[in-house]
Amino acid sequence: MGSTNSTLLKIPNVEVLMQETGLKLVAEENCLNVSPAHIIRLHDRFKALDKEGRGHLCPHDFGAIKELAMNPIGDRIIGAFFSPGKETVDFHTFVKILAHFRPVDKDRPKEPNSPEPINSRSNKLKFAFQLYDQDKDGKISRDELLQVLRAMLGMQVTDEQLESIADRTIQEADLDRDDTISFEEFRKSLEKINIDHKMSIRFLR
Amino acid sequence: MASSICLCLLRAVFLVCFVNPLIQGLSGDVNLVQDPRHRLEKNLTGLSIVTFDWHHVQTPYLVITWVFVAGLAKLSVIELNHHVISVVPESGLLIILGFILGGIVWGADKAQTFKLLPPTFFYYLLPQIILDASYFMPNKLFFSNLGSILIYAIFGTCWNAATVGLSLWGCYEAGVMGNLDIGLLQFLLFGSLIAAVDPVAVIAVFEEVHVNEVLFILVFGESLLNDGVTVVLYNVFDAFVALGGPRIDAEEIFKGIFSFVVVAFGGSFLGVVFAVLLSLLTRCTKHIQIIEAGFVFVVGYLAYLTADMLSLSAILSVTFCGICCQKYVNANMDEKSVTTVRHAMKVLANGSETMIFVFLGITAIDTEIWVWNTGFILLTLLFVFIYRIIGVFLLTWMLNKFRLVPIEVIDQVVMSYGGLRGAVAYGLAAMLDKDKIPEKNLIISTTLIVVYFTVILQGITMKPLVQWLKVKRAAHADLKLIEKLNNRAFDHILSAVEDICGRIGDNWWTRGWNRFEENYISWLLMKPKARKNRDYLFSIFHKLNLEDAVNYVSEGERQGSLAFIRSDEVANVDFKKQFGSEFTDVMPDIMVDMSNYELGIENFSVTSIVKDTIPSVSLDIHGKDRKNVADDINAHHLLQQHLYRSRKNHRHKFSRSHFSINQSEDEVQEIFQRTMRSRLESFKSAKMGVNPAKKITKHHKKDLTHKMANGHPDGTDHLYGDEVDSAVGSETGAIRGTFMRDTYTVRAGIENPVFLPAMDSPTHSSLPWLMETDAVAPSQRAQWRLLWTPNRLRRLAPMRVSTCSTDSFLMADLEEHEEKPQTDHEEEIRPVFD
Repeated sequence: MGSTNSTLLKIPNVEVLMQETGLKLVAEENCLNVSPAHIIRLHDRFKALDKEGRGHLCPHDFGAIKELAMNPIGDRIIGAFFSPGKETVDFHTFVKILAHFRPVDKDRPKEPNSPEPINSRSNKLKFAFQLYDQDKDGKISRDELLQVLRAMLGMQVTDEQLESIADRTIQEADLDRDDTISFEEFRKSLEKINIDHKMSIRFLR
Repeated sequence: MASSICLCLLRAVFLVCFVNPLIQGLSGDVNLVQDPRHRLEKNLTGLSIVTFDWHHVQTPYLVITWVFVAGLAKLSVIELNHHVISVVPESGLLIILGFILGGIVWGADKAQTFKLLPPTFFYYLLPQIILDASYFMPNKLFFSNLGSILIYAIFGTCWNAATVGLSLWGCYEAGVMGNLDIGLLQFLLFGSLIAAVDPVAVIAVFEEVHVNEVLFILVFGESLLNDGVTVVLYNVFDAFVALGGPRIDAEEIFKGIFSFVVVAFGGSFLGVVFAVLLSLLTRCTKHIQIIEAGFVFVVGYLAYLTADMLSLSAILSVTFCGICCQKYVNANMDEKSVTTVRHAMKVLANGSETMIFVFLGITAIDTEIWVWNTGFILLTLLFVFIYRIIGVFLLTWMLNKFRLVPIEVIDQVVMSYGGLRGAVAYGLAAMLDKDKIPEKNLIISTTLIVVYFTVILQGITMKPLVQWLKVKRAAHADLKLIEKLNNRAFDHILSAVEDICGRIGDNWWTRGWNRFEENYISWLLMKPKARKNRDYLFSIFHKLNLEDAVNYVSEGERQGSLAFIRSDEVANVDFKKQFGSEFTDVMPDIMVDMSNYELGIENFSVTSIVKDTIPSVSLDIHGKDRKNVADDINAHHLLQQHLYRSRKNHRHKFSRSHFSINQSEDEVQEIFQRTMRSRLESFKSAKMGVNPAKKITKHHKKDLTHKMANGHPDGTDHLYGDEVDSAVGSETGAIRGTFMRDTYTVRAGIENPVFLPAMDSPTHSSLPWLMETDAVAPSQRAQWRLLWTPNRLRRLAPMRVSTCSTDSFLMADLEEHEEKPQTDHEEEIRPVFD
């Protein structure tokens, strides 16, 4: 317990962070079992990524992750960590972003007044939405969709095919026929998908 | 209902007249069958022209007759009152029908001549069902839940076998069952054969219930995989029973456990090997496409038999063969072969499923096997039921600690309630050796009762239970590109986040496997041609487009030939582009509209534009007419046509929701031509001052009702259409002159098409072709169109209609029969003018 606490103490604002993100100490839950908490784990990872020890991460720190560089939409995901105009991300934001991917816990008592948790369905969707919506105008335009499609489908299809796919995709979701997908349309079109399942990572539970 | 009774009667008659003699032929082998032989030998003096040689064909004849009877049974079950079907699952009904059939056989024979024999079941009925189940397994779902499935299949089954066996033994020792010649090992043997959930029963019942996919895959996957476990347990305990209690030592037990590993993994591995073989084989069947579909069945069956020969788990072998080969086989084979495989597989699986249930019923009608022991039977039912529940809840509790999405309590209830036992248990029970297990008949009858209880009673109550518990049902969603696209995106996002977190998680493994599969396995097992263009998203897109095209063709064929697709070369993906470049100079406004249409309507792909070209067919008929009549007639005729058409175009917009109103092509043609003829006649007679013969029009009323049906004012559609029209109108109006626009606006203001006929009559009463040109002004559209040369007009025909409504495709037929009333008007008006 001692080591856990001492590590925790080094992390600034840890209580606030835990409350906001819902990430808990495993040690707290099963009182007998002293196991490292998610936050400490993430803090270690944060420090490992932050090779120069500045206390914050830059895009190139993420770029150094080899697997991420191979990810077709990796740069977009990295971009999601940085709020517009900022070049750095501190640990607080880092954890908050990752907290999107916590599975939804059903047994947690619902407080009517509490703000919507970060890992709620619509927040998860918002995260996905902003990966498309690079110009942050709240709409996925055909071009934005095409870029993502091109990244994900790669060389396997021709440009014409890509365009028809994009057209059809927009046509499916576009309810108000403005040729773009707004967040509302995005949410509606994915209504049938179990987002809790598809946008959650087990070990962040 | 009447038809179902008819069927039942028919079948009964069929059975009595046809099957029973055959049955007697089988049972009274010596007497009846030999008879014709004797007669033959007696009459050998001359050449007999026709001989009756039952003996020759007896076996295949009986087999095929039973297949036929089972097919009829299924038919009658399906045709039965739908109330019954919705309450009792098909499998239960088939078993009950089996009781009846068995009763008939028994009544005729006084003994059960036909039974479900284990070899028949295991070699001829079971393999195709398992192959079908695995070949159409949703692989991603299966593998992402594989851990849970394995836990249920292995530990759940072992738990069931051990607890049921031990508890029964305990009760027996306590003296509940009276005097039985049975020991602990026999009880465990019985427990092991009754432990497994049966894939056939589970598929049959759960397919009708439509529970959510995760729940389904858990129950179904468990039922498939636990067969390996059961067979091993069965073999081990069978061997133990043969060895006898005292000779079992630690070594034997260890060997038993080891054999489990070998049997289960060996069987699965063998299946994978055969899957690789099959995939490689289909790589080079390009020139024997006709039989390549057969390979799937042959190799699958080979996998089953080989595993059985090596005493490995045959069911696991064929399961993994199907699961692993499906992707590559489907990619390698011709599309036709894929369809063939799909259908043939379903025919075989469905057929043998029916056979199995019918025979499970028939087998019951046999006095020989029934040994009643109330304690044993009731306790078995109780323990089977209770330990299944306990086992599921225990294992789920453990699993939920690890699962990303925990299994809910309701799902657990359904899972434990879905522990259906079936023909596999019966087959194993029937395989027992009577010498080693004196109470074999008791075991068989208990197994049968458990099977009936679970399949019929639990099957019947499953649906109400699922409804009552509000279990999440499978969403019957249409395939959507955006969902698939986002699923792909989610996968990438998750693996990226795992990378950022620096953890090796599920997604890391999934991605690693996908990459490996793509780079090496696909390279090995797939045709190079199939590897190209096989992106999943694109294939979805392709599939959606194919669906649209099929719909389009089936709709379009009713309207006329689709040859224009070929001649105009517009049916490809670039339709819009080509069309655009061709016509932008002519009609810029329309092109704008087109792009709206293409994207604006859900589930309408590019083909929706092609649909609009249908009217060109009718325009060709105009062309024919034009040859025959003088120019001025032509002018009037055309004028009149477009006068109508512009109004009809308004009407189109109201019938978007009425896809069903489609007359047959003949009728449409007929109406059209009659309209034309009557119009011509009335015109001629008007010119010559002769009274035309009045025609009785029987379609009048019908058309009116059509109009009423289509007359729902649909605000948005109408508005939209008006926009288009006024866009065109303003363009043309500017060219042709202002008076046209004035009259046009009147037209555009008509909100409800139901009122259109009434509005029309004044126009008609002025009989356009007798008036001066300005009287005809109302159709400004027709006016400006006249200025086009006929050739030009025809070429533009598809374009013109496409401007007005995306649905003009389906309204093209409405257009025709809506002309009818107008003819009526004309004819009613005619005498007035004369």
